[in-house]
Amino acid sequence: MDEIVIIRDVLEANNNVAHENKTIKDERNILMVNIIGSPGTGKTSFILRAIENLKVPCAVIEGDVTSDIDARKMAERNIPVVQINTGGSCHLNAGSVNRALKSLSFDNGIVFIENVGNLICPSGFELGEDFKLALANVTEGDDKPYKYPLLFTKAKAVVLNKIDMLPYFEFDKKFFYDGIRALNQEVPFFEVSARTGEGFGEFAKWLEEKYYKFRQSK
Amino acid sequence: MHELSVTQSLVDMVIEEAQKRNLKKVTKVTVVIGELTGLESESIKFYFDVLSENTVAEGAELVFKIVKAQFKCRQCGNIFERTNFTFNCPVCGATGVLVDKGKEFYMESIEVE
Repeated sequence: MDEIVIIRDVLEANNNVAHENKTIKDERNILMVNIIGSPGTGKTSFILRAIENLKVPCAVIEGDVTSDIDARKMAERNIPVVQINTGGSCHLNAGSVNRALKSLSFDNGIVFIENVGNLICPSGFELGEDFKLALANVTEGDDKPYKYPLLFTKAKAVVLNKIDMLPYFEFDKKFFYDGIRALNQEVPFFEVSARTGEGFGEFAKWLEEKYYKFRQSK
Repeated sequence: MHELSVTQSLVDMVIEEAQKRNLKKVTKVTVVIGELTGLESESIKFYFDVLSENTVAEGAELVFKIVKAQFKCRQCGNIFERTNFTFNCPVCGATGVLVDKGKEFYMESIEVE
């Protein structure tokens, strides 16, 4: 019996395509944001509200297991959108985003990727995005950073949605934010309600700054 | 749930490495998994057995080295592993900060006949 030491990242095939995606989107002046959150956390309504508030042109890559309900909501508002149906897979991978990017006729702006509703699997797969945004919400409880640490470790922004529901739920903000800070000392926090629109002004301003910095850096 | 696709990548990788070296049979594969990845070794093992059928890796033993996430106490500097629902230091109770450990996921070695 011979042991051969071969150290290889198991996800390297995905990461190689993610790298290609990054090149493609950089060439097209696109800032790409990967939105990750549980089913029902409000990813679609968050994106719609964010786009309403942003002065930068936006497009969406919609990841879903089977339906195109979310993509139709975007198209109704004339937002450029490409649908990816994962056919049962619990996350988007770099390959599916590669095809979506190539069929999306959109340059010079922000592309939101709405990942499949899931807190675990999407966090493990690089898509070539500029950053991951963790979308939590008041109704799902304050323990998410402790249960799903990888997402909060990797996120470059954490948004707490459904903030208007705070009076009706026992959500311990300190416990929630302490958990995130232990995992990620730099990440900014935003509190919003996609229902009322609260908090989106501040978020949009922050994202616009990110976009302009990205454009200047090139 | 995503263990299926990552295990496919792992099996592909083992086959590729075996082909490169003209190996006929891989008997053991060692994989390092960080706790934070959320990957479940039982599921990977299950899929590995199915996906490696009729390949050089069929019947290979899959060995996992699990890397725990570690936190460093902001107050006393103690390095500790988390317990459920707290990232606080078990010694002094102050909050901890994640040390860059626990996100690993890579193949480390194979054993061949």
